Amino acid sequence: MTQLILEQALNGLQFGLMLFLLAAGLTLVFGIMDCINLAHGSLYMVGAYFVAAAAQVADSFWVGLGAGVAGAALLGLLLEVSLFRRLYQRDHLAQVLATFALILIANEAVRAIWGPAAIMFNPPEALAGPVEFPLPHGAFFYPAYRLVIIAVGLAVAALLYLLVARSRVGMWVRAGAANREMTEALGINVRALFTAVFVFGAALCALAGGLLGPLLAVQVGMGESVLILAFVVIIIGGIGSIRGALVGSLIVGTVDTLGRALLPALLRATLPADAAATLGPALASILIYLLMAGILFFRPQGLFPARA
Amino acid sequence: MAFYRPARWQRPATLAGLVALVALPAALTALGQEFYIGFATRVLIFALAASSLNLVLGFGGMVSLGHAAFFGIGAYTAAICQQAGINEALFAFPAAMAAAGLFALLVGSVSLRTRGVYFIMITLAFAQMVFYLFVSARAWGGDDGLPLAGRMTLAGFSLAGDSALFFASLAALTAALLAFGRLAQARFGRTLQAIRENETRMEALGYPVFRYRLVAFALGGAVAGLAGALLANLTGLASPNLLQWTQSGTLLVMVIIGGVGALYGGVVGAAVLLGLEEVLVGFTEHWHIVLGLLLLGIVLFAPRGVAALFGERRG
Amino acid sequence: MADALLEVRGLSRRFAAVDALKEVDFSVAAGEVHALIGPNGAGKTTFIHHVSGALQPDSGSVRFAGRDITRLSMHERVRAGMARSYQITNVFLGLSARDNVALAVQGRADAGTSFRFWRPVAAEAALFAEAVDWLTQVGLAGKAEAVAGSLSHGEQRALEVAMALATKPQLLLLDEPMAGTGPEESARMVELIEHLARHVTILLVEHDMDAVFRLADRISVLVNGQMICTGTPDEVKADAGVRRAYLGDHL
Repeated sequence: MTQLILEQALNGLQFGLMLFLLAAGLTLVFGIMDCINLAHGSLYMVGAYFVAAAAQVADSFWVGLGAGVAGAALLGLLLEVSLFRRLYQRDHLAQVLATFALILIANEAVRAIWGPAAIMFNPPEALAGPVEFPLPHGAFFYPAYRLVIIAVGLAVAALLYLLVARSRVGMWVRAGAANREMTEALGINVRALFTAVFVFGAALCALAGGLLGPLLAVQVGMGESVLILAFVVIIIGGIGSIRGALVGSLIVGTVDTLGRALLPALLRATLPADAAATLGPALASILIYLLMAGILFFRPQGLFPARA
Repeated sequence: MAFYRPARWQRPATLAGLVALVALPAALTALGQEFYIGFATRVLIFALAASSLNLVLGFGGMVSLGHAAFFGIGAYTAAICQQAGINEALFAFPAAMAAAGLFALLVGSVSLRTRGVYFIMITLAFAQMVFYLFVSARAWGGDDGLPLAGRMTLAGFSLAGDSALFFASLAALTAALLAFGRLAQARFGRTLQAIRENETRMEALGYPVFRYRLVAFALGGAVAGLAGALLANLTGLASPNLLQWTQSGTLLVMVIIGGVGALYGGVVGAAVLLGLEEVLVGFTEHWHIVLGLLLLGIVLFAPRGVAALFGERRG
Repeated sequence: MADALLEVRGLSRRFAAVDALKEVDFSVAAGEVHALIGPNGAGKTTFIHHVSGALQPDSGSVRFAGRDITRLSMHERVRAGMARSYQITNVFLGLSARDNVALAVQGRADAGTSFRFWRPVAAEAALFAEAVDWLTQVGLAGKAEAVAGSLSHGEQRALEVAMALATKPQLLLLDEPMAGTGPEESARMVELIEHLARHVTILLVEHDMDAVFRLADRISVLVNGQMICTGTPDEVKADAGVRRAYLGDHL
């Protein structure tokens, strides 16, 4: 039991950190430009495909990851300059429609290029096996690759924190999220700033997509379910707040993972067998949404609202 | 903004359209194109669903990205009713409306406390919750959805024939549009439209803004539920696909193409989008790319939708 | 004061680390025109937001017509008889002047519920007749059909007042009704307020000191979130604290 909980907790942490990579870019885009981007999940999907394709060509996971992330950043740049710039001043409805259109195009383009079947690719050879942790009640094994993901996630989170909380650019970003007009009036080039944030967000998407690629199937539509989870993270954390995105990601990651792993067992222990069998999976799958509704009810602005 | 007022051509055009639609099944049968009766029914049902979203979005100004939840709940309610032995649409359809409307009331009471980007994301998240709920509910078919044993009866008449279901759908759409058209010019509709323009001002005139929004949101949800129940009858299946968030996006696209806040926006949008699909699928299996580019074109170059090209006055 | 219509006690509000309002006591007597003045940034708008219900205080209470309304929302306060006009013109620009006022009439409790779904408003002659009456009161009788967006700035301000009046308030909060109007329009607005003062209690926030001293029965002075003085215009003019805070600015 301890083993299971420990394993699931680490899985939750890993999932949460990957969600954070997605949510961080997204929350800044929403916060600073008041722009809704449904296609953020598509950048994650396209990024994963880029990484998978590049890894195959280069025959190296790490080279593939680097190339894929760079490719996604470039795509982000193109999108920002050609389309998103024209959307910031439009209403939310236009943003929803345009980015929904992007999803349709991205999904179909990926299907046309790589085919409808999921692509499998392997983590680097050296990380394929498990790592052993000696525990009092026997050894605990955890896949090395997942540990690397956790490490990368923590490193990026720390980097982002330093960038946003400590650097001058980060100060501009925070100022932009809290009050865009004022920041502009102070002579900060919000336009260039935003291009940078958007591109950075796209790179983070591809990083998450590439890292998760070997664990999940890289396939069409993988972006959408994760996009909605990223939304839940942002709703919980508060729009425009990196700290909120981190806390929200960890909450959603662990609650979702642990809920799916433990809730059915918990219900089996307390309820009659068929009630538990019906209720368990259903409840586990909507747990984070119930959590979101609960948090919203008491804090409609999320846990860490960027705008006072 | 000006308040919604029907254009002068609207009444004669509606009557002409209605006559044409009533004659459609017989005409298609005579031409040996019975297949298209089913297609036309689909258009009517989606027109109903899109119109219900247009009440929320166009007249109420609420950009909901979770409308598919209500649509799907309606479909599932119909299927569940049949499973429970209720095969009469006079009971099952109102039940579908009630279930969808009640859930909309619930979602609205949480999400309408928020604005803007938040509202969009929250409605989307709740709809996704419903999707996962039904996918994991084995009693209701899980991934496969819940099939109907056959079409229901309406006041004792079987809806099994394609024409019968067509007329039932046409009646539902006509009634809904009539009701929405009246509503938009009545006190409730004017209040709603004024709130869309400036909610703080309405609050400062003594209007409980939240309540009006919530009622409109629930009303839209209920009508979407009716559309769902009709669709379940048409396809013979309450499918989790109906609950997918892309379905909400599709409904939104229909409203925008047809014209936000135009009474016939949902109808025009459903006809254009489904017609486009029907045509494009014949040319390329990647028709979504064409559709996507088309939508981008609309956003960038015709922000008021296709209906604006015909000069319908919008609300 | 026994017959205070509006009674604010110990109202405080902090934004981040700033005390926007500190222990403000304030009252408006029934029937008076009470002006609230203060230098820019003194907290006048914040204070008005707390009175109208747009913001909630950290501590303190607001009583209106003998009833504690501290926790009521804006629309509940309007229903209780408190109406406001806005500093920035805030009318429905796409609607006719008459439709604007008709909305205000329709929102009133005694006009019946607005949860009516079938009967067109166009058929409710009484609503529009009353709207025209209010427009006549503010001198806009001839402009009933005009789209609000086509009215002059001064006319829009008058329309704003007509909408506030149409809620039949006991207390009218006028937030800088003279802002941005020319001298001629200002003079007309002063006349209008003098006329209204015979029927309704008025809380006036205004920068135009000529207008304030002409209209007000009493004046309160807000400086740095604190109410430093309340009295008749002469008392306020003579007050040492007011002179210190204000001199060189307006007086």
